[in-house]
Amino acid sequence: MNFTILNPMLDVIQQVTGYIYPNEMEIHWKVLIVVYPYVTGVVAGAFILASLVKVFNVKEVQPTYRLALLTALSFLLVAPLPLLLHLGHPERSYEIFLTPNPTSAMAMFGFVYAWYLMVVLLLELWFEYRRDLVVWAEQGKAPMKWIHRVISLFSKDISSQAVAFDMKAVKVITIIGIPSAFLLHGYVGFIFGSIKANPWWSSVLMPIVFLFSAIVSGIAMVILLYMIITPLRGKSIDMKCLDRVTSYLFYAVIIDFSLEALDFIHRLYESEESIQILSELVSGKLFGSLVVIQVILGMLVPLGIMVVIKAFTLDQELRKLLYFVSVILIQIGIFTTRWNVVIGGQMFSKSFRGLNTYTMELWGLEGLVSTLGLLILPFIILFVLLKIFPPWGMENKKANGSGPPEPQVSQGPEAAAVSTAASH
Amino acid sequence: MDRRSLLKKLFFSIPLLVKGDLFSSSEEGNPKTQKTKSKYGMAVQVEKCIGCARCVEACKIENNVPKEHSYFRTWIERYIVKKDEEITVQMVDRGAKEYAVPSVEKDILRSFFVPKLCNHCSNPPCAQVCPVGATFLTEEGVVLVDDNRCIGCGYCIHACPYGARYLHPETKTADKCTFCYHRLKSNKHPVCVMVCPTQARVFGNLNSPASPLVRVKRMKNIHVLKPYLNTRPKVFYTDLDGEVR
Repeated sequence: MNFTILNPMLDVIQQVTGYIYPNEMEIHWKVLIVVYPYVTGVVAGAFILASLVKVFNVKEVQPTYRLALLTALSFLLVAPLPLLLHLGHPERSYEIFLTPNPTSAMAMFGFVYAWYLMVVLLLELWFEYRRDLVVWAEQGKAPMKWIHRVISLFSKDISSQAVAFDMKAVKVITIIGIPSAFLLHGYVGFIFGSIKANPWWSSVLMPIVFLFSAIVSGIAMVILLYMIITPLRGKSIDMKCLDRVTSYLFYAVIIDFSLEALDFIHRLYESEESIQILSELVSGKLFGSLVVIQVILGMLVPLGIMVVIKAFTLDQELRKLLYFVSVILIQIGIFTTRWNVVIGGQMFSKSFRGLNTYTMELWGLEGLVSTLGLLILPFIILFVLLKIFPPWGMENKKANGSGPPEPQVSQGPEAAAVSTAASH
Repeated sequence: MDRRSLLKKLFFSIPLLVKGDLFSSSEEGNPKTQKTKSKYGMAVQVEKCIGCARCVEACKIENNVPKEHSYFRTWIERYIVKKDEEITVQMVDRGAKEYAVPSVEKDILRSFFVPKLCNHCSNPPCAQVCPVGATFLTEEGVVLVDDNRCIGCGYCIHACPYGARYLHPETKTADKCTFCYHRLKSNKHPVCVMVCPTQARVFGNLNSPASPLVRVKRMKNIHVLKPYLNTRPKVFYTDLDGEVR
């Protein structure tokens, strides 16, 4: 047998510093596994923002309520794709449902996902939109009205009792939905946090850190979408709403930052066996993505901006601009956070004696192009969903003059539904 | 005679020689007939390993392990501890001259070889995390992968603290040392044990007091890799240096 080193392998070896186990040369969880927690994070975060309206009755946030739910749905629909694409045998993925291993955190994916999609999101959306769907099915134009009729499951009752029931159902589902959103993303954190072999991942804080960074990314994503979509519709941004939501974002970033700082200090203070290789990793190969992008650009700069907005009275346009910049920075920051967890955790050897390198390929299933595709896909789905379920509901149709007559609406579609119900 | 045919002859001849000695001892019996009683394990006598890497080569041939240098079911590490406490670890490679280090060097404090393989843990984290139960612990204590069920998610590869697993580039499923399970089933020892010229690897039944493995465990100072992770390995190392991870 010829044991001389093959040329491509030489390239890999040159990127390795110190000693790594031979089977560690290849990085198994590539950029697609970075996309997965990022996408589920947006789902959980957007849902939690939506829940604020229903459970805590925060009226200012109402304009983002339906948008947040639809954002959560469009990202949730994409969430399993990166997982499927990275599998060695995607055609066997159904085994996870048929013969799940009860001790495996990953085996729970299918169940957590199905629960969240079917029981929480779809049900909440259906009850939330049911009244509008009935109205649209009756008064809309041809192809769309059929779609609305089917989605409304041919229900026709828009009596005050029925609408009141819808609202009650939405509230109950939201109350179930909050722990479910925590479960969905906490569980993703657990997948990493429970790997005792990997000191970069193995941390009891991991699910909580994941959860709060999820809330941060979800809220920031909804703000970003709201700030882009509203002017495109020719409407003006509701500054009260924007100020309130960014203020939630501010607190979420503070909690997220504190948790990550705690994790960091704890590791440094305990200074276990792995600390040397991990410090080498952080100060070397991960410095750019962890210290510069994740911590400074993704967290400290947006926090600074938001402190400035809170401390000084700035004019509206400047505030908008600053908010816009911070939510984009936060998105980049959270994506890099996922990168640093997933890729960072594979860049050092479990022998604690060497570092590996990951170079993303351009083409191929796990390359840059398919990653960008997966990151764009939720927005395409959201575009379609916005066409089918306009979150601005009746208000839109009223502007066109073709919609059904509506009572005075000031707080958005849900308030519209309630006031219609009240007028009956 | 080329190396391949020599190895082949070795594979076929050595089991026959050792067979009588090991598998047919009265307490242990035949692993086929008493398989419920057998619990297999391996002792690696670090002080006996000369780093010839014949085990590595034999394993690659026996188990169709990909030839590339990033797929190994077993491999040999060479530790060089210098007087200034600096430690260098290398993987021993037959024919790769880049790795050759002068054997006599004044500043070297100690140097030794450590064969590595799947530890066949009694508490295997790989089997715990496998989402579909494709990785499992047999009643003989061997950790196996069912490559008809494995979905190739790679979770087990991350869960293994010893770097013993890889994703097979052809089958796209997780792969690792099986203690040459196919050979065990026909009363043969794992091929790495068979080809080792210094008997650095001792294979046997942990439940049999007469097995050479149990003898090694009785006579030598025994250690396992990363005991603090509570994986309870069934690959035991004699006189293991504290620097080995």
